[in-house]
Amino acid sequence: MSKIIEVKDLNIFYGQQQVLKDISFSIEEGDYIGLVGANGSGKTTLVKAILGLVPLTSGSIKYSDADKFQQGIGYLPQVAVTGNTLFPAEVHEIVGIGLMGSKRFPKKINKEDNLKIDDILKRLDIFQLKHKKIGDLSGGQQQRVLLARAMVSKPKLLILDEPTSALDPKVRTEFFKLIKDINENDNTSILLVSHDLGSIKKCSKKIMLLDRELMYFGPSDDFSINVNFVEGIHDHIHMEVNN
Amino acid sequence: MDTIDILKEAFGYNFMQRAMIVGTLIAISSSLLGVFLVLKKFSMIGDGLAHVSFATVAIALLLGTSPMLVSIPIVVIASIFIMELNERAGIHGDAAIGLVSSFSVALGVLISSIAGGFNVDLFSYLFGSILAIKESDMYLSIALAFGVISMIIFFYNDLFAVTHDESFASVIGVKTKRMNYLIATLTSITIVLGIRVVGTMLISSMIVFPTVTALQISKSFKSTILIAAVVSVLAVILGVIGSYIFNFPSGASIVMVNAILFILFVSLKKLIKI
Repeated sequence: MSKIIEVKDLNIFYGQQQVLKDISFSIEEGDYIGLVGANGSGKTTLVKAILGLVPLTSGSIKYSDADKFQQGIGYLPQVAVTGNTLFPAEVHEIVGIGLMGSKRFPKKINKEDNLKIDDILKRLDIFQLKHKKIGDLSGGQQQRVLLARAMVSKPKLLILDEPTSALDPKVRTEFFKLIKDINENDNTSILLVSHDLGSIKKCSKKIMLLDRELMYFGPSDDFSINVNFVEGIHDHIHMEVNN
Repeated sequence: MDTIDILKEAFGYNFMQRAMIVGTLIAISSSLLGVFLVLKKFSMIGDGLAHVSFATVAIALLLGTSPMLVSIPIVVIASIFIMELNERAGIHGDAAIGLVSSFSVALGVLISSIAGGFNVDLFSYLFGSILAIKESDMYLSIALAFGVISMIIFFYNDLFAVTHDESFASVIGVKTKRMNYLIATLTSITIVLGIRVVGTMLISSMIVFPTVTALQISKSFKSTILIAAVVSVLAVILGVIGSYIFNFPSGASIVMVNAILFILFVSLKKLIKI
C-alpha cells in the first residue's frame, strides 16, 4: 500500500515548551487511524502540523502529492458544528467551500461543481437538505454537512478532529458507522482524533496514542488501555499493549 | 405642496442630488462590507474606526487641509493596527477596538482644544451634514462603491469561506489574512466617506443595521448580501428625503429609518413563522 503522508522525526515547540517530541509514522491508503491521548498530549498540534497550520521546529512531513496537498486532505475541524443559528447559508453553499482549495482566481462554482456537491450530499444521505439553512438543522445533520464540505473534493485522507464531541450517543454511533463505511467503500483514509476510546477502538484499524511522544502506533486489536482520557490525568495512564 | 412637488423641489438642489448619490453609494458599500463584519463578530470595528476618523478630522482642521486626505490613510493604518493587536498581541477584537477608539477620541478632543474648542466644521463631521458633501466626495464614493462591488464579485467565495469558518478556509489555502485586510481597508475608506453623510457618531449603524435586518428573513448568504444592500439604500433614500421634508439632521434620519426597517423585518419574521 502506498503512503499518503510520511512524518519523520517531528519536533514542535511553542516557545520553550515542547509539544511534540520525535514523532515518526506514516499514513497509508486505506488506513483508519484513531488518534487518542489525554488533554494537552499534542493531538491537535499534530493535526495542525499535518494541515500545514503550525511551523515545524524540526523534522519533516512528506505528502504523496505535494502539489495537490489542499485537495488531498479533507478536514473536519474541532467543534465544527455551528451554534450560530442565524448564520445565513444554505447547505449547498457550505459544501461548495470545500471545492475552493482546487480553484484559481476568480474562484467560481460551475455546473461541474454543482454536480459534485449533489453527489456528495446524496452519498451522505442529506440531499434533501440541499436548500435548507445550516442553522435550522440538527447537530447531527450539521455535522454531515461539514463532513460533505470536507469530502466534496474527494480527498485521499480525511482528518476529523473530535467530530462527535457535540453529538448525542445515538447520532454519535451513526456517525462512526458512516465514517467506517466511507473508509471501506470510498477508498478514503481516515485520521480521527477522539476522546471516545471505546467507539474509536471498535471502528478504527489502527490506534495512535500520543503523550507528546508517540506511545503506541499499531493495530487496534492489539491495543488495550485503562485510562480516563476525558479527565486527562497523565499520571493515571496505565497502558497495556499486547504484541 | 404635495409630496411630488416637495421631491421635485428637493432634487432641484445640487446638494440634495450629491447627498443622494453619495449616500446611496456609501449605503451599498457599507452594507456589503457589513455582512462580512457582522458575521465575523467584528461589527464594532466600524464604530472604532469612526472614532479614529474623528481624530483625523480634528488634525486636518488644525492643519487647514482636506479631512479626506488625512483621514483615509490614517484610518486604513488604524484598521490594520487593530487587526494586528488582535492577532499578534492576542488582544480580543472588541478590546483592540476599544483601545484604538478611546485613544483616538482623546486625541481628537485634545487637538480641538488646542485649536480653540469645537467649531461648526468638526460638529458637522460628528453628526453628518449633507450640505457639506462636495463633488470630490461624490467621485470618491463612485470609485469606492466600484471597488467594494468588484471585490465581492471577484473574491466572493474566499470571503464567504473566511466568514463562515476561518480555520477551514486556511486549510484549503484561502489567504485568510489577506482577505481580512482587504475587508478592513475597504471598511476604513467607506467610514471616512460615510461620516460626511451620517457622521462619526452614527456611521457604524450603516454597517450593522442592514445586515442584522437582512438576517431576520434571509436563508442564504447571497440573499443576505442582496437584502442588506436594498435595505441600506432604502434607508438612505427615505432618510435623506425625510430630513429635507422635516428639516431633521440627515444622519439621525437615516438611522431612524434603519431602525424602523429592522422592527418591520423582525415582525415579518414572526409572521412568516406563524
